[in-house]
Amino acid sequence: MSSRKVAEALGIELVEVEDWSCCGSTPAHTVDHLLYGALAARNLAIAEKMGLATVVTPCPSCLVAFKSALEMVQDDGKRKELNELLDLPFQGEIQSKSLLQIIYEEVGVEAVAQRAKRPLEGMRLAPYYGCILTRPPKRAQFDDPENPITMDRILEALGAEVPEFPFKTECCGAAFGLPKRELVLTLSAKILEMAQEIGADALVVACPLCQQNLDLRQGQITSREGVSVDLPVLYITQLVGLALGFSPREVGLDKHAVSPNRLLKKWEEKLKE
Amino acid sequence: MEILDLGSIDRHFIRAVEEESGQDVSHCYQCGNCTAGCPLSFAYDIPVHQIMRLIQLGQKEKVLRSHAIWLCATCETCTTRCPCEVDVARVMDTLRIMARREGTVSEEGVRRFYDTFLDSVKRHGRLYEVGLLMRYNLLSGRPFADADLGPKVLGKGKLHFLPENIKGVEAIKGIFDRFAKKRGA
Repeated sequence: MSSRKVAEALGIELVEVEDWSCCGSTPAHTVDHLLYGALAARNLAIAEKMGLATVVTPCPSCLVAFKSALEMVQDDGKRKELNELLDLPFQGEIQSKSLLQIIYEEVGVEAVAQRAKRPLEGMRLAPYYGCILTRPPKRAQFDDPENPITMDRILEALGAEVPEFPFKTECCGAAFGLPKRELVLTLSAKILEMAQEIGADALVVACPLCQQNLDLRQGQITSREGVSVDLPVLYITQLVGLALGFSPREVGLDKHAVSPNRLLKKWEEKLKE
Repeated sequence: MEILDLGSIDRHFIRAVEEESGQDVSHCYQCGNCTAGCPLSFAYDIPVHQIMRLIQLGQKEKVLRSHAIWLCATCETCTTRCPCEVDVARVMDTLRIMARREGTVSEEGVRRFYDTFLDSVKRHGRLYEVGLLMRYNLLSGRPFADADLGPKVLGKGKLHFLPENIKGVEAIKGIFDRFAKKRGA
């Protein structure tokens, strides 16, 4: 919901891909890359038919699936195989980007900052990009694979304090939430603990699955990992939205497991100064 | 150090991994960068650089029965940092696919999760999260796992309690059916 609001406010026109389906994500590529490609390609083929130039996604895993399908379709043999599985013809004449990339490259940091009505002053934020948004660099074609900075720049331009965060691209393990929870708790604990260690008021993420995992499992981490974590986890457009003047409710902050109220209170007090 | 019988080198396996992954595994010179960066090394039975070495040595059984290949989260750290530009994550993916085919999957839970996920996509076109959670937990004999998370998400409008099929659900079934036919299943 924050993505839609922010896109609209920034003049990015979003059109929902008609009757979109699941990209298949990690489960599909462990079965077969042709199936993986086809599940992603159905969405791209529909978008092509709708005459759209770019498929934008807030999720890095969808993004990787789309980019993989777009790599496959460049190969004549694979294009033929993909199209044998699909109802609609898939040409591969479309591109896919993350919403973060669109905001950073096409709107631009300065233009975003100029529209800020309520700067994020008083907020100390740890930027967490997750594992696959910028990696591998050949596929991602965006930001730096080891030390990405796009969210840092956006948040700084909006008035937030963004300290160096050493675990920007460490994996939180979210995809194993059901079958290997103990591993997920270990990986996620490290990230949350580090963010707390550098004095962050919140962790800012660029992936909805990271958001859900890191927000929802803090109670489990605290009771099983021997560390006490209590840190709001916000998706990047929620913060951009707050700066643009949307209310916490409008950007979905009432839906979190870990309440962001302490962060919001600190911010409100700073704005009043 | 382990002593290897030269007769145990399965050259066909080496070729198959290379063909299916599109990677030249002989490029790996065992620097260990992949293992150093792998966030899941602590949980692996065989570290990822040793998986690469075992492929070079054609040790099919050891590799395809390893737990490591199923605990890899495809985070792409290894691929990003490999100085020889081997797409290691792609190799790990290829090994999972081969292990499925050979019937040597060592992490039944992980496989079951992936299969249950895809089954949900096949039925509905999109993931029906509540259904996936319940079905996976039942199949795994632990019906109340993660029940503590319920109060944190309920009433927030984040989850649909009933599945909602997309209009083109037949097109999705078509993809799965044609895929199964193509692979001779």
